[in-house]
Amino acid sequence: MSANAKDLRNPLKRARGFGSAQSGVGHWWTQRVTAAALILLGLWFVFTVLSLTHADYATAKAAVAKPWNALLLILFVVTMFWHAVLGLQVVIEDYVHTRWKEVVLLVAIKFLAVLGALAGVLAVLRIALGV
Amino acid sequence: MADTRRPLSPHIQIYKWQVQMVTSILHRATGIALAVGTLLVVWGLLSLAAGEAAFDQFKVCIGSPLGMVLLVGWSWALFYHLCNGTRHLLQDAGAGYAIPQFVRSSWLSVIVSLLLVVVVWACVLTCGGAA
Repeated sequence: MSANAKDLRNPLKRARGFGSAQSGVGHWWTQRVTAAALILLGLWFVFTVLSLTHADYATAKAAVAKPWNALLLILFVVTMFWHAVLGLQVVIEDYVHTRWKEVVLLVAIKFLAVLGALAGVLAVLRIALGV
Repeated sequence: MADTRRPLSPHIQIYKWQVQMVTSILHRATGIALAVGTLLVVWGLLSLAAGEAAFDQFKVCIGSPLGMVLLVGWSWALFYHLCNGTRHLLQDAGAGYAIPQFVRSSWLSVIVSLLLVVVVWACVLTCGGAA
């Protein structure tokens, strides 16, 4: 009680944890979590691509069709686009000062990222399932 | 009302160039480059799913002189963003904030990323033939 006596903030404000920006630390934290995932997935992706550098079509396709590779590729594609959108969002918010251009760009990168992620996932699934 | 005579923070050209500035700017620049590079990953996966002709066309494109230059650039962007991103994650955890450590880790990001580019492209070229 005595510790909170001088606190002018409503306890509900603290409980919600959204702060003055009204959105909390969700963006910041998600960017770090996807970054940590991409350290592992990115290194795996580089090794996989390197092992397939001089492979022909059939070898490359068979490699992607392996269950573990297909699973990790899907994870990599989704995490990559997610992290890219979060990063580009901050860049746009920092440098685009005309409000309508900012909003259009923020929505456009989200559309493109979802399109790219789904296209990539669908391609891996087609290869993995042989359809 | 706002006091318009209040001091403004000096713009970027006022500061002496320091490695910490360069690593920070490069982190953003490589992030934007990699966001564009996500499209290459999706293109590769789509061509692999589409069939041998499409995949061969993809290989011709990335094996062309312009394609190779872009690939080298993207590989450095990836390794730099990976090294410096790991550095930022460690700093987010509270490590390495003393100024000498900060400068040293900045140089480390740049040097290790360049070494990784050399190692990867040495692997590609010694495995025979061009990509």
